[in-house]
Amino acid sequence: MMRKYVDKKNVQKKPYYTNRFWVAPQIPKEDVLSDEIFANDVAKLKTKFDIKEAYIQRGQLIVYIDANQNVEVLAYLRDELEYNFLSELSAVDWLDKKGEFEIFYQMLSTSKRKRARVKFFIKEKEQIRTVSTIYKSADWGEREMYDMFGVIITGHHYMKRILMPEDWFGHPLRKTYPLHGDEEASWYEIDKIFGKEYRDVIGPENRDSSRVDENDTYNFSRIHHEVPFGEKHSEDIVKTDYQEDGGIFMVKSLKKSDSKILKERP
Amino acid sequence: MAQHKINYLSEAGLPVALTTVDKLVQWGRSNSLWPMTYGLACCAIEMMATGASRYDFDRFGTIFRASPRQSDVLIIAGTLTKKHAPFLRRLYDQMTEPKWVISMGSCANTGGMFNTYATVQGADRVIPVDIYLPGCAPRPETLQYALMLLQKKIRKESASRKLKPKRLV
Repeated sequence: MMRKYVDKKNVQKKPYYTNRFWVAPQIPKEDVLSDEIFANDVAKLKTKFDIKEAYIQRGQLIVYIDANQNVEVLAYLRDELEYNFLSELSAVDWLDKKGEFEIFYQMLSTSKRKRARVKFFIKEKEQIRTVSTIYKSADWGEREMYDMFGVIITGHHYMKRILMPEDWFGHPLRKTYPLHGDEEASWYEIDKIFGKEYRDVIGPENRDSSRVDENDTYNFSRIHHEVPFGEKHSEDIVKTDYQEDGGIFMVKSLKKSDSKILKERP
Repeated sequence: MAQHKINYLSEAGLPVALTTVDKLVQWGRSNSLWPMTYGLACCAIEMMATGASRYDFDRFGTIFRASPRQSDVLIIAGTLTKKHAPFLRRLYDQMTEPKWVISMGSCANTGGMFNTYATVQGADRVIPVDIYLPGCAPRPETLQYALMLLQKKIRKESASRKLKPKRLV
């Protein structure tokens, strides 16, 4: 039986690579009115608070509120609208594009079986009020937000870094933070254990983990340039056969003297 | 009638073994290596498996101790973060001489796949290491072999050796 012919539209001619700079289209936004429960919730919220934008994405409600009303909105969501669980909160770094952080609180209603996300924007140095007074789960989340983004939260009972050491410099999840850390970060453990003077003993070149020094005969031996441990590196070529004479059973060893090197292709 | 009396001196059956103090002491040391109960990440799971009944570290005389004061081997089993590095150094300093270090797995050797701001790129930047054990994570057999190599190394050393300051990378 023959396979049914399908026109492939000459796929061979098409470029096989994908565009590196392709940006995924946004997840389609739906109107709030398309969901009865969400429509009801947003209508109630609008009577009390300043709602800037509200829509549904992937079946979850997204509400943009005023940054100063975050505690009141979350308390209202918990007490009146049955969103009794704060599952996650964090920030998104938009400093380069907009000069702002986007803060979000992910809420879950176990009785309605619905999820809602409360969002707002703040400027870089702007402070926000803590919601750990109404949700215990916000305690560590806000500490992490401070640790990773440097968002300062007022009213929190223990505003300290949660993951990085307390004397760490910078906030690692910001887009401007380099992957390998700043200079302070790369010397952190040396400064802490041996003191800053020890930087000179180690040398800045040894901070690069991918560096291989061919003159280093303590840690490496170069094939055909072997010298005894710790002796000076030499450029002289050592002619050695690396295979033993007796060899292994069934395995024939290649002798350098028997091999031929061709100058050009025959 | 059977002769029960043995003349040790004339029949070469002297019940005396000749050895050196070095060999005797290092034989004792190498067969009672006590590592510290110290796990940092997933390699520690393999270390536990090595200590448990199937692979059975005890038959090498290796018994995990819960205190650095009582142990003489430090197995760095897992990723060493920069936050944790001072504590590792402190634990190493608390161990009594002679002491040895096995760096277990890629993360402890070179930082492994965590080439980031928060990870120490090799435990030998903080404490001197005797044996580097490759793998991610190394299987229990590999850790056993590393321990056997360490035993071999210890037996070669002299008991009263002067401790050279080991080199940090």
